[in-house]
Amino acid sequence: MKVANKNTTAVSLVEEALKKAEKFADYHVFNFLDNKNALKKAAEIDKRIKKGDNVGRLAGVPFAIKDNFLAPEGSTTASARILEGFVSPITATVVKKLEAEGAILVGRTNLDAFAHGSSTENSYYGPTLNSADQTRVAGGSSGGSAVAVALDIVPFTTGTDTGGSIRQPAAFNGVYGMKPTYGAVSRYGIVAMASSTDSIGFFTRTPEDMDLLMSICASQDPYDMTTLPDFYNANADDSRHFATGWEQVSEEPREDGRDEACRESSSIRVGIIKDFDNGTVHPEIRQALKDKVEQLEKKGHEIVELNMPMLKYALAVYYIVVPAEIASNLSRHDGVRYGFRSDKVKDLDDVYANTRNEGFMAENKRRIMIGNFVLSSGFYDAYYLKAQKVRTLIIEEYAKAFEKCDFILTPVAPNPPFKLGEKTGDPVAMYLEDVMSTPINLAGLPALAVPAGITKDHLPLGLQLIGPRRSDAKIIEFAKELM
Amino acid sequence: MKITREEIDHLAQLSNFSLSDEEAKSLGVDLENIIKYISQLDELDVKGVEPTYQVFEMENVWRPDEIQPQEADREQLLALTKEQSDHQIKVPKVL
Repeated sequence: MKVANKNTTAVSLVEEALKKAEKFADYHVFNFLDNKNALKKAAEIDKRIKKGDNVGRLAGVPFAIKDNFLAPEGSTTASARILEGFVSPITATVVKKLEAEGAILVGRTNLDAFAHGSSTENSYYGPTLNSADQTRVAGGSSGGSAVAVALDIVPFTTGTDTGGSIRQPAAFNGVYGMKPTYGAVSRYGIVAMASSTDSIGFFTRTPEDMDLLMSICASQDPYDMTTLPDFYNANADDSRHFATGWEQVSEEPREDGRDEACRESSSIRVGIIKDFDNGTVHPEIRQALKDKVEQLEKKGHEIVELNMPMLKYALAVYYIVVPAEIASNLSRHDGVRYGFRSDKVKDLDDVYANTRNEGFMAENKRRIMIGNFVLSSGFYDAYYLKAQKVRTLIIEEYAKAFEKCDFILTPVAPNPPFKLGEKTGDPVAMYLEDVMSTPINLAGLPALAVPAGITKDHLPLGLQLIGPRRSDAKIIEFAKELM
Repeated sequence: MKITREEIDHLAQLSNFSLSDEEAKSLGVDLENIIKYISQLDELDVKGVEPTYQVFEMENVWRPDEIQPQEADREQLLALTKEQSDHQIKVPKVL
């Protein structure tokens, strides 16, 4: 990505981003644009560069945040009415880290309300349109963030991935979308959805940019007790050596001095899940997977076939565990302390019930009610407890798979971007879009969505590269083999 | 599994939603379909399997029991509410 320096000013980078944001306004990428402030911040960065200060690795780079990241710039709405007008006094750790490296926040991107959805159609502010076809969905829930990068409005955006919300819109728009290992990146200052699977990640146009963002943002945060000590940067050298193993054929010394490490490594074993290629996957996505497998074989990598029969239950587990956590996390939205409050209030009970009824979208209500169903007495053992046990079996199945391979390559979603309105009337059909992305969250694994060509109708396709916990850097490096 | 109107009303009450009649009906249909889908776990035997509630590898992350300055002060937080008086959040009558 372009950074500001002596020749390129931060103001010019931000101006360009804002101009593009206006040009593509009809895609409804943004819930909020911070034109004036962004330009002011850019001018300050330029002043510091002129003075000879080290401004950071993202000097003057414009970026946008999914509108469920807290920061005082604009209202953090999570695209839900119930947070209308809420201006956060605090800033998410990730936003602070990016700004500390000189990046400039230009706006907030659209999402499915509270990140509940797979198309960005559940936004209170209306859907975001697909970057390649305006009659189709952007994917979701981080639809706005994916389209912002696909249209090259900004070089990177943030997202949240609870069951595919970064990877699926990345695939639908032909960009890179990273869901890090659970606990790699701080969740502090992000509107909670499901605490045991929420992951914070990014959209970029290259693996190199993704590596840079991960190295900036992955770290332990005293404000988020579920963050891991920084493994991304600690193992950085090792992982890059590991992942550059396939370059061993080159006898030429490499410019970056990595040749020695390359020579001693062997080829990479990539797992393909047989059970997933069972006819429910769109033929063009199946073909894209076959093409990439051939490409990897040509480069000397080993392809390993995996049987993972538990994965077909992952979506059912997900739509038990996650609604349960949603029901709990979203109980805080009551109209008392912040955000929207209903006008129809005679007493305190009305404040709660009417605010929540008017403030949540239908999909939010479905998930909260399902969550309360699976947690309620009489159903807890049969649904919630059982799902958490099946979750154990899914985790064990991945552990076994990673004894046989280094990475697993699968589609992100079973279908290319679908038409606006095509699935809004059928919640289960919408959920089925998450069938390949949710198991990764249940197991807390890292996965990167990588572009994998286009359909005959010119719609972007994506695949995901999945690795064991803490293999984030290796995944990003290996993604270059799929280009 | 059939979801009765009473069960919908009960879930709406647990969730604190004042659903309209029409909404209760349409949510009832959706919930029934979703529950039908998630009930496919019935075919699995999980005897002897331990549940996994979280995938974070660490337990009991401790910090010193010291008061730390917070990013937002009391007045900033009160400013987010619809109504306040005497530095407290004001709500309509409880009873």
